[in-house]
Amino acid sequence: MRLEGRGLVDRDRPVRFSFDGTDYHGFRGDTVASALLASGVRLMGRSFKYHRPRGVVTASSAEPNALLTIGSGAGQRPNARATMEEIFDGLETRSQNAWPSLRYDAMEVNDLLSPFLSAGFYYKTFMWPKRAWEALYEPIIRRAAGLGALSGETARDENEKAFAHCDLLVIGAGPTGLMAALAAARAGADVILAEEEARAGGRLLSEAEEVGGLPGVQWVGSVLGELAAMPNVRLMERTTVTGAYDQGTFGALERVARHVREARGAPRECFWRIAAKQAVLATGALERGIAFPGNDRPGVMQAGAVRTYLHRYGVAAGKRVAVFGNNDDAHRTARDLAEAGVRVLGLIDARPGVEGPEGIPTYAGARVTGTWGRMGLTAIHLDGAGAPRQLNVDCLAVSGGWDPAVHLACHHGGRPVWREEIAAFVAPEGAVPGLRPAGAAAGVFDTGGCLADGVRAAGEALDGLGLTAPDVPAPEAEAGGYRVTPLWQVPGRGRAWLDLQNDVTVKDVKLAARENFRSVEHMKRYTTQGMATDQGKGSNVNALAVLAEATGRTIPQTGTTTFRPPYVPVSISAMGAGASGAGFAPERRTVSDAASRAMGAPMIEAGLWFRPSYFPRAGERTWRDACDREVKMVRGQVGVCDVSTLGKIEVVGPDAGAFLDFLYTGTMSKLAVGRVRYGLMLREDGHVMDDGTAARLAEDRYLVTTTTAAAGQVMAHMEFAAQALRPELDVALTSVTEHWAQFAVAGPEAGRLMATAVDEMPELAFMGCTPAVICGVPGRVFRISFCGELGFEIAVPARYGESLFRLLVSQAEALGGGAYGMEALNVMRIEKGFITHAEIHGRVTAFDIGMQGMMSTKKDFIGRAAATRPGLTEDREELIGLRPVGAAKAINAGAHLFAEGAAPIRENDQGYVTSNCYSPTLGTVLALGFLRNGRARHGERIVAEDGLRGHRTLCEVTGPVAFDPGGERMRG
Amino acid sequence: MRLTCPFCGTRDRREFTYRGDAVGLSRPASTEWGPDWDDYLHNRDNPAGETRELWYHDACGAWIEVTRDTLTHEVAGSRPVAEARR
Amino acid sequence: MARLIAKGPFDGVLPLEEGAVRVSAVDPGPITFVRPLHGQDEAVSAALEKATGAALPAPGTVATGRSARALWCGPGAALVLGAAVEDLPGAAIVDQSDGWAVARVEGADASAVLARLTPLDLRPAGFGAGQTARTLLGHMTAQITPVGENAFEVMVFRSMAESFVHELRRAMGFVAGRARIG
Repeated sequence: MRLEGRGLVDRDRPVRFSFDGTDYHGFRGDTVASALLASGVRLMGRSFKYHRPRGVVTASSAEPNALLTIGSGAGQRPNARATMEEIFDGLETRSQNAWPSLRYDAMEVNDLLSPFLSAGFYYKTFMWPKRAWEALYEPIIRRAAGLGALSGETARDENEKAFAHCDLLVIGAGPTGLMAALAAARAGADVILAEEEARAGGRLLSEAEEVGGLPGVQWVGSVLGELAAMPNVRLMERTTVTGAYDQGTFGALERVARHVREARGAPRECFWRIAAKQAVLATGALERGIAFPGNDRPGVMQAGAVRTYLHRYGVAAGKRVAVFGNNDDAHRTARDLAEAGVRVLGLIDARPGVEGPEGIPTYAGARVTGTWGRMGLTAIHLDGAGAPRQLNVDCLAVSGGWDPAVHLACHHGGRPVWREEIAAFVAPEGAVPGLRPAGAAAGVFDTGGCLADGVRAAGEALDGLGLTAPDVPAPEAEAGGYRVTPLWQVPGRGRAWLDLQNDVTVKDVKLAARENFRSVEHMKRYTTQGMATDQGKGSNVNALAVLAEATGRTIPQTGTTTFRPPYVPVSISAMGAGASGAGFAPERRTVSDAASRAMGAPMIEAGLWFRPSYFPRAGERTWRDACDREVKMVRGQVGVCDVSTLGKIEVVGPDAGAFLDFLYTGTMSKLAVGRVRYGLMLREDGHVMDDGTAARLAEDRYLVTTTTAAAGQVMAHMEFAAQALRPELDVALTSVTEHWAQFAVAGPEAGRLMATAVDEMPELAFMGCTPAVICGVPGRVFRISFCGELGFEIAVPARYGESLFRLLVSQAEALGGGAYGMEALNVMRIEKGFITHAEIHGRVTAFDIGMQGMMSTKKDFIGRAAATRPGLTEDREELIGLRPVGAAKAINAGAHLFAEGAAPIRENDQGYVTSNCYSPTLGTVLALGFLRNGRARHGERIVAEDGLRGHRTLCEVTGPVAFDPGGERMRG
Repeated sequence: MRLTCPFCGTRDRREFTYRGDAVGLSRPASTEWGPDWDDYLHNRDNPAGETRELWYHDACGAWIEVTRDTLTHEVAGSRPVAEARR
Repeated sequence: MARLIAKGPFDGVLPLEEGAVRVSAVDPGPITFVRPLHGQDEAVSAALEKATGAALPAPGTVATGRSARALWCGPGAALVLGAAVEDLPGAAIVDQSDGWAVARVEGADASAVLARLTPLDLRPAGFGAGQTARTLLGHMTAQITPVGENAFEVMVFRSMAESFVHELRRAMGFVAGRARIG
């Protein structure tokens, strides 16, 4: 029921939204919860397990019950808290976990079965038969119990992430946080003030209090005005700080455009990473309930939330209200409601002898022992001298006391500290370096105290920053007055609920204790108390108090469960915003990318690069047609291939040769200027890391190439060697991968093609290199080959790359050749037995690939000692070639090798296939693989068994080189 | 998490790559396999407390040694590997 | 003999403008990696200063001379932009002119846009004139240099120019969108 003249919602801005298909009205500034309450709607959800009718309990992010699904399709958002969703015109919300409707939910039958569904029931019940768990029990349980569902469609990437830096992060903009921010800002610190709610002010928006002689809301406005005028302050509303990480890093979720229908280009949410030198934890406190029988009916709410609805939203949570509490704060609810003209039928204070506000029937020493009302509260049952047996109310405001919101202070593993006088855990000091708990989070429960504590915390933070704290007097405000006598549970007939979200009762916790789940962590897992979206914010302390009592321990002895980020649910799509599609990783484009795509080449990923798979021509129906043609083209005429993606590192300095000797198994220091040598790099553990070439460009200058995928790893490896292992060597390294565009020109006609592109093409022997002028541009030419033909690589600065590629391809076409892609390159290197990372996959040694002869014994190099250790040089799986015996379509890569007739089981495994292709040159299927002692087994028959695809091929073992084993073609 | 590059200052953890214990700086001189190599490659302490570890600042290419507490995650300092060699 | 046509890394994808931010391609002129050999730091710095007016920069800084700027780019090393450095005794020098895609990001929201992409602290008090940083932009290695009020020069690897523009466009759209909803 809306109360005229109250609340901070904008009465001039009516808003229409829907809930379960029915239209409702509210005002700008309302949440779904406040607008529904204003419309008299109390039933907002069904509980997780028993499908009990439930209503809103809080006015905060800790809401356990009023969870809604918002939107549909790809934008569907389950488990949105009605207390946090601001309404706007056209907002569509639906209840969850009910069928066919919220009011008539068929699964309510679970509630009747509740005697059989206590904690741990499915651990005990659904044990047998084992198979039935996946097939039968789990699907049924999942359908019957649960929260909201996703649509199953791919989520839209409509969020962003961002970084922020500040001197001081103030978490929470209530009285404590506002004063802390003000004091720090006046001292000149860069301040971020993060406030979870749509509006700063904290409890001052929810109370009828004066601060500094002004109504609380006005005082908040004046502070915000001053902060807004300071360039060193950033106020972040609708921003929940979700986690405290190492070295002053905080995660925060900002709801940027959740409160509007059209985002108009803005992100819906932003996940912030905030780096703060200092932080003040001003997160306030969360109210807890009391576990009395029937305390879950719609209409039973937190007393503080009832005040929030009254003062902030101008909504009476009921027409006939009672208040039940164990502390002074509950009295305010009774007083404020009565002042607003709401009928307060009774203040039930469990503490004997206390007096209530004037004019309100107060039942000291009494307790609520039962409730009535199927879809909403209609009456409560009382127990206590002088109290009536029953009160007919539609709302019961409950306060079991306040728990400081300590979560972030405990994210590094620190434990909260029990304070007997407020019967609550407070945030530990120093548990997160630089984070200072202040105000209610530190157990200060009066406004005056909070204002002063904010100034105190800011002063300490300023000290830490080396700034001088200004003299900021805390304004006058209400002081003192919070007294509490713990009351965790009220015994009686019927279920007394602790965790409303997970349907955990007092009885469940006692059962856990009886079954020896005495640790609070075990109790949590056994009962599910404290799990799911609210993480037990309103129930953890009550539950562990009940556990303490049941196990004969004190509350501090019992302890709390571990606090972990995030403080509120954060969607993966917010944390990973922007990282789908093109944002997943940088896409590296070669200079020939556009030209290759224009030629119809499908592109494949190689590391982060995109490379052409093949270049289809008219009449070719499959990739194989194009690939076979390209292979024949290179072997018969000439082909052009962009090889710019290979890593290129220049090694410069007087010790460049000695440095490369240390990196490669072979000796590079003896290489003559103008010569190129193949090299193998090992990891220090003796296994092959990468292969490539080293070209000596000058006495003190080498150009080293790496494979495409390993370029970054090799660069880091070389830097480690230079900085950590051989700093005495005078050498500088820098990657030139991006500076040079480089193309392979290969085939019998390669020389003719080179002559058309290179001005005065010099004579170049196999494995030679030289500077050259390419169509007037200074570049480099290498005579190297990865396909076994007469081959060159021609390099120009990248700006000329596309132009040179087009020229080379057109000239090649004139010679009967053309561009070739990765598929053809792969076929040709398999024909030649050249290895790639399919073979040097991290577990192979130089010995395994037959290159043990390349390991120099005259010098130290990385991996030398480990490569000789026992186990790496005998009885190994060695590189071999494979050909099918008889007609076969394929030898599958990934197949394992077995002796003929041997069962294809692990014990009989002889090796595996790493690469395969159809060789148009030889007219047969070819493969490379590793076979135990394979070099001695050429000519043997072996079975390649691909259990995954159900394919087996009888093969003959050969040497790895199937084509031109003498290498005459590339030596020319 | 934030680490300090001795050259670039304090930066977000995502600019760095971890590479194991700082024992990696103490490469044995021998070219023959032996227990010293086994220790260098495979044997690691797992201290509860101060540890020295190697990080690569991908952004600037510096290899650094970071002293960090495995219990508190506190970073006590960092220096270039050339200075940290034993 | 045919002639080769030069193409810039951002040809066809920049400039870009949305909201209060503009991104445009920068032609930095020649780029040379310079690193003094052992014991040659002072000599190389003096020679470089004599040739270009810019000495070797200290870590995280830029030295600006008559004809060139020298950006610190890693331990002991600098990128010299603007003038070709072909002969510098005592130094390892490597031509990097075509290795980088260089863009200028400017406008009132320039740092807000970059804050979507880089974990670097861009606040002017700690990152202003004369400074430069090697950092990340999205998943890309980047060098960011403040070049005026609300203006930054950003360098990424040439092959990543399109990814750079993709990231910038997305961030600029969100920043502009935030302004629209107020």
